Amino acid sequence: MSEPKTTVVEVRVPSRLGFEKVAMSAAASVAKLMGFRDDRIEDLKTAVAEACINAIEHGNRMNENLSVGVVLSAGVDSLEVKVMDDGKGMNRQPGAVHKPDIDLKMRGKEDPRGMGMFLIQALVDEAEWVAGAKGKNSYVRLVIRLDKETK
Amino acid sequence: MQNETKAHVEQLISSAGHQVTVLRFEGDIASTSKDAVLGTYQALPRETRLVLLDFTKVDYINSSGIALVIQLLIEASKAGQKVCAFGLSAHFNKVFTMVGIPKYADLFSNQAAALAAM
Repeated sequence: MSEPKTTVVEVRVPSRLGFEKVAMSAAASVAKLMGFRDDRIEDLKTAVAEACINAIEHGNRMNENLSVGVVLSAGVDSLEVKVMDDGKGMNRQPGAVHKPDIDLKMRGKEDPRGMGMFLIQALVDEAEWVAGAKGKNSYVRLVIRLDKETK
Repeated sequence: MQNETKAHVEQLISSAGHQVTVLRFEGDIASTSKDAVLGTYQALPRETRLVLLDFTKVDYINSSGIALVIQLLIEASKAGQKVCAFGLSAHFNKVFTMVGIPKYADLFSNQAAALAAM
């Protein structure tokens, strides 16, 4: 019996803010071809954009000599997205992601920024952050499944 | 790669007869939008009491853009102003709700609904 086929699409974008939209569009195109509903594609677009922004800002520290790799692996019933950078990264599971507190932000007790990881883990079905060996090649791995009920 | 953020200001009257200052945004709202979002807001007259944010022509908002909206809300709160918003897509309405913005700014589907409530 043959294994279910996985189709892989790879994109590399420069570490310059704005280019996350290229990865976002590629992810949306693959998800559309796979038959994802429009609302799930919107979730994916935001998650991929935020993952790329983190890779550009924190992973590659805006160094335009470095690029961000995005690998889209389309399986039978799910799409996996890996967003890779040259930073040290972090090992973090979704449960450890800080949930923004709007009351603290409004009172100046919490930075108004810092919502990217929260949005990523809230908008996809799986998210994990993996630190690369020797302080390089870190990645975030996202999975979104077909036929998932709207969160 | 970012679509430049544009903003312009309009004065309208709410259903209750109050003056409402509308900030209409266009383009992307991201980290590069500080002048368009906060700069436009900060240039409003001090006596402004009701502010309505129009996102109808905004296609892309990221977490840095949402942070700018929160900064606007912080400043408006300190100034005793009420802020509402309309025109967000269903997705960004959900995202704004996930981060708690409706606690400090009511979100409406369109301008008429917002003006009826202000």
